[in-house]
Amino acid sequence: MLLSEANPAAGLFVLVPWIVFAPVIGLLINAFAGKRLGERGVGWVASLASGAAFLVSALQFYALTLHPEGAQVKIAEWIRIGQLSLDWTFRVDSLSVTMMLVVSGVGTLIHIYAIGYMHEDVRFKHDPARFPRFFVFLNLFIAAMMILVSADNYLMLFVGWEGVGLCSFLLIGFWYDLDTLGRSSWANSNAAKKAFITNRVGDFGFLIAGFLIFWYMGSFAFSEVFAAAPEVAKTHPWVITAITVFMLVGVAGKSAQIPLYVWLPDAMAGPTPVSALIHAATMVTAGVYLVTRSFPLFGLTHDGQYIVATVGAVTALFAATIAVGQYDIKKVLAYSTISQLGFMVAAVGMGAYVAGMFHLVTHAFFKALLFLSAGSVILGLERGHHHGHHAPSSPVLPPQGAGNSLSHGEIDRVKEEVFDPGDIRNMGGLRARMPVTFWVYLIGALALAGIFPLAGFWSKDEILLDAFLHYPHVYWLLTLAAFLTAFYMGRQVWMVFFGKARHEAAEHAQESPSVITIPLIILAALSAFGGFINLPFKGFHQFGYWLEHTLGAIEFPPFNFMVAGVSTVLALGAIALSWFLYQRKPLEHGQTDPLAKPLGLVFVGMEQKWFIDEAYQFLFVQPYRALASWLAQKVDWDFWHEWFHDSVLVKGFVTLARLLADPVDLGFIDRVSYWLSDAIRASAETLRKLQNGFVRSYALSVVLGVAAILGYLLLK
Amino acid sequence: MNFLLEPLSIVTFFPLLGVLVLLFLKPEQKNALRWTALLTSLVTFFISLWAFFFSGLYNPANGGLQLVARYDWINVAGWQIRYYLAADGLSILLILLTTFITPLAILSTWTAVEERVKDFMLFFLLLEVGMTGVFVAQDLFLFYIFWEFTLVPMYFLIGIWGGPRRLYAAVKFFLYTMAGSILMLLAILWLGINGGTFSVPDLVAQGNIPANAQTWLFLAFAAAFAIKVPMWPLHSWLPDAHVEAPTAGSVILAGVLLKMGTYGFLRFNLPLFPQAAVQFAPLIGWLAVIGILYGAAVSFAQKDVKKLVAYSSVSHLGFVMLGLFALNAQGVAGAILQMVNHGLSTGALFLLVGMIYEQTHTRDIPVYGGLWKITPIFGTVMLIVSLSSMGLPGLNGFVGEFTILLGAFGAGMQGGVFAGAGGFWLAGLAAVGVILAAIYILYMFQKMFLGPAGEVTHHHELKDLNWREIVTLLPILVFIFWIGLYPKPFFDLMMPAIENLLVPFQTILMAAH
Repeated sequence: MLLSEANPAAGLFVLVPWIVFAPVIGLLINAFAGKRLGERGVGWVASLASGAAFLVSALQFYALTLHPEGAQVKIAEWIRIGQLSLDWTFRVDSLSVTMMLVVSGVGTLIHIYAIGYMHEDVRFKHDPARFPRFFVFLNLFIAAMMILVSADNYLMLFVGWEGVGLCSFLLIGFWYDLDTLGRSSWANSNAAKKAFITNRVGDFGFLIAGFLIFWYMGSFAFSEVFAAAPEVAKTHPWVITAITVFMLVGVAGKSAQIPLYVWLPDAMAGPTPVSALIHAATMVTAGVYLVTRSFPLFGLTHDGQYIVATVGAVTALFAATIAVGQYDIKKVLAYSTISQLGFMVAAVGMGAYVAGMFHLVTHAFFKALLFLSAGSVILGLERGHHHGHHAPSSPVLPPQGAGNSLSHGEIDRVKEEVFDPGDIRNMGGLRARMPVTFWVYLIGALALAGIFPLAGFWSKDEILLDAFLHYPHVYWLLTLAAFLTAFYMGRQVWMVFFGKARHEAAEHAQESPSVITIPLIILAALSAFGGFINLPFKGFHQFGYWLEHTLGAIEFPPFNFMVAGVSTVLALGAIALSWFLYQRKPLEHGQTDPLAKPLGLVFVGMEQKWFIDEAYQFLFVQPYRALASWLAQKVDWDFWHEWFHDSVLVKGFVTLARLLADPVDLGFIDRVSYWLSDAIRASAETLRKLQNGFVRSYALSVVLGVAAILGYLLLK
Repeated sequence: MNFLLEPLSIVTFFPLLGVLVLLFLKPEQKNALRWTALLTSLVTFFISLWAFFFSGLYNPANGGLQLVARYDWINVAGWQIRYYLAADGLSILLILLTTFITPLAILSTWTAVEERVKDFMLFFLLLEVGMTGVFVAQDLFLFYIFWEFTLVPMYFLIGIWGGPRRLYAAVKFFLYTMAGSILMLLAILWLGINGGTFSVPDLVAQGNIPANAQTWLFLAFAAAFAIKVPMWPLHSWLPDAHVEAPTAGSVILAGVLLKMGTYGFLRFNLPLFPQAAVQFAPLIGWLAVIGILYGAAVSFAQKDVKKLVAYSSVSHLGFVMLGLFALNAQGVAGAILQMVNHGLSTGALFLLVGMIYEQTHTRDIPVYGGLWKITPIFGTVMLIVSLSSMGLPGLNGFVGEFTILLGAFGAGMQGGVFAGAGGFWLAGLAAVGVILAAIYILYMFQKMFLGPAGEVTHHHELKDLNWREIVTLLPILVFIFWIGLYPKPFFDLMMPAIENLLVPFQTILMAAH
């Protein structure tokens, strides 16, 4: 659908497919010529490809400011079967363009950062040849994510939805032959597999929702589905609720909500740029986007909304409690991401789409910043570790097979020998050694904690306000989660950057080069000022007005000083409490967490992630494994293949033949039977001659047969 | 002789020319034998392309039978047996799949088959004649000849060039198929005698088979086809045949021979016995769902990678059967496409497994590990094919699976064929198969290609794919992406015929409600 030719800006809409084509071209170049291009070339190609996608997104933004009605750009028909009619159509509206800008903007910064990060990472892991592959996957991710956010129908969205899941699998398993400490192991590939399979469970929900949508509303295209929905809500109200609940299953998979969040913490096995881009800023927010995109459906079912909001809020609190008990710098951030995604899902569940999307954007900034800074910290420690050891190989490779079956407990035990650069107990005092990283990390942490006037303050507050007005239970859960958020971030900042170095690697840590720090500084600026796109004062809801073009008229509740005050006081209190516990007397090397004693078993629960992984192993993984091998071995092989076939069918046949043969033998038709057996023996002889093993003669006989048939036909 | 100059006759019997040439070559001239077979099958492929797309004789928008070659053949005692070949939207993709896969399978034997090359190639070309014949025959008698004829070369391919238990597997393959076929033969004779003709279109047009006769005729045909598919629980010959067969045999077995079963349902059971088809649809639907889940679970427990792929076929063909018996446009179209997809993906999986087996001589999954690092191209192709097999959107498998599930779900709605039989549950459980597929495929991929290097990976000087192997796989990869991203031309080819096929079912289902 092209708009008036009169205004050239509208013509820009036809460029929208290039948000996908550009990264695809980039990945093809790197896949086939990556070796020849060298690291610098590969990095440039990939970053330019992602940058081109950002440029196209920015042009869409510009075109949209002039033509707020947007456009649908169809590039090909896809499937046509009866009433099923699907196209590859891109949708340009304020919602999709927002996502495009976030994905390609943050994505490009992370591409650049990754040039520096992966340069060092592949060397610490002794496999520089793997460098190009990283950028191939990263570009593939941008392409898939762009398909997801720009799709005009649910099935095209699903293509992107599973596509990003594939990229997530590939990138979590980027070091597929190692574990997170760089030892030869199955650990990383296990994490990758877990992510894919868990996401598939979610995708199952998405598919079922899709089937219901199609058969009750007759289409997958957004506009047609939304147009038909009110009628269906009248005739079959349960259908709408079922659709939203099944969709929630998909959301729980992709956006790491209860009960499917378990893959995300393990996903930290991927290189840090991946954690930042895919597992914090963009891919995991796809669920939030899906709910927002489907707002006309959710608006029709109060039950569906209530369930979604509650799941989000419970996840927010639950994950925050786990984050308090973690020692790995990326694990803390991972649980924090789950928790913040809970905030967003709760928001869009309540119908506060602007607040949810607003938090999605600000979170993309500050969580990408935090992860990338954490990566900088890890690299700094690696450098310090090298410096301290003067040894060429930092990752200690245990003898073959030893690293294959390390459980968490064992990893803790061997930590003495194997240095873990991600463990905050090995850090301390990095403020002085890595000043840039410190300052940007601090900004990110304060933004996440919701401190005025950083980005997180505004967006989180808008969610809390909406919950306060409409869903009191969500409000209480989220407020508590916000308190814990400020606490664990305070804990982390104190332990990483303040106090004394608790390991020689931290003592010798070095600041990262500018290819790494410059993207950090840009993200820090966005985290600091990003909130101003949507200030909660009359006339300042710029982001809200922008989304109104897609979401319809939006009511903006006035700024509530009580809600903002309570959350600010709680956040400051949490930071003070974390100071009291972790900074008043800084931790020494080998000291246990000061919370362990007062909290007792509760802390064990938080530290061990409430044993959810173990429970899932016990409830799902092991039973399925057992069922599969029971079916394969006992039912299919022993019973069906061996016993039934060999013993019942074959033996039964032989026995029957004997039973028939004996009476005949003993009976009066002796001669006949002799004659018969002679005949059989004779023909068997002939057959044996035929079966002389020379296939030539089999072939000859086949050909003779064919010739006979043909001859018959011809002569007839 | 006119009948031999018909386009479909040429497509079907052209490989016999190659057979003739082969007979004049000496067994020692291995490369000449290989090239003869390869070129013959390639020319056959191009002839089939010409016949359908460039001859101007086939109009894809027409839903009826085309390229008709119809000649009287045997007229004895009132029996009207004809030489009757034709193609339509239901069979065109399968014919092309056959002529497409055969040269690739031959190419895969280049270094894998060193013994009795001449005989091998002879049987292979004869097999192609039989398979194509099955898909073009429109006379029941002729069909039956082709159907049984395919058994012979396949029997020898497994029995001579197979693994250690090849004889057991070959005999079992032969006997299982024969057992089902005998019932079908009885039904064919009944139809031919009662209807006065063996021509399928004529019998369909007569359409006066009484309902109770339909029931047993349906079952008799189903017996032959269900074993061939194989539908759960008649699958116990399949793992033997696949494990023992040489690579090219497995490729053809999975790629084409199993489709003869599903095609049989589509071509004979549905149009000839529509009432019975509606009556049995829920039963077959549930068996298909059991097959989907059972095959996936059993796959996951395998240590032998060929067995894993074999059981995954049980699961995949469950999807095909589910789609066929959803008896709506989405289900049937998805099923036909999924037949092609399975031929491509599973065929490619067997090719890949064969390529690594040639170097390591083991199919034991746990002894591999870390292969991707050592053979990056092999690993990447394996990844793409695996993802296609587990139905990743953007690749071919998804389009088929999705449309099948959509059709099955629709058949569970009011007025659908699964409506009274737990319709939503049927489709919902089938969709669980999508999760289970990810589990067994990723298990296989991880244990072989990811993780630290395993015993075999350590101790062999493993080579990555060579050019011949890449050339073998590349055409399949092209279709994996093509069908995944732009399946419309493939659906367009089959839709007119499917619409014709479904007309009687709409009437029957309307009457039922």
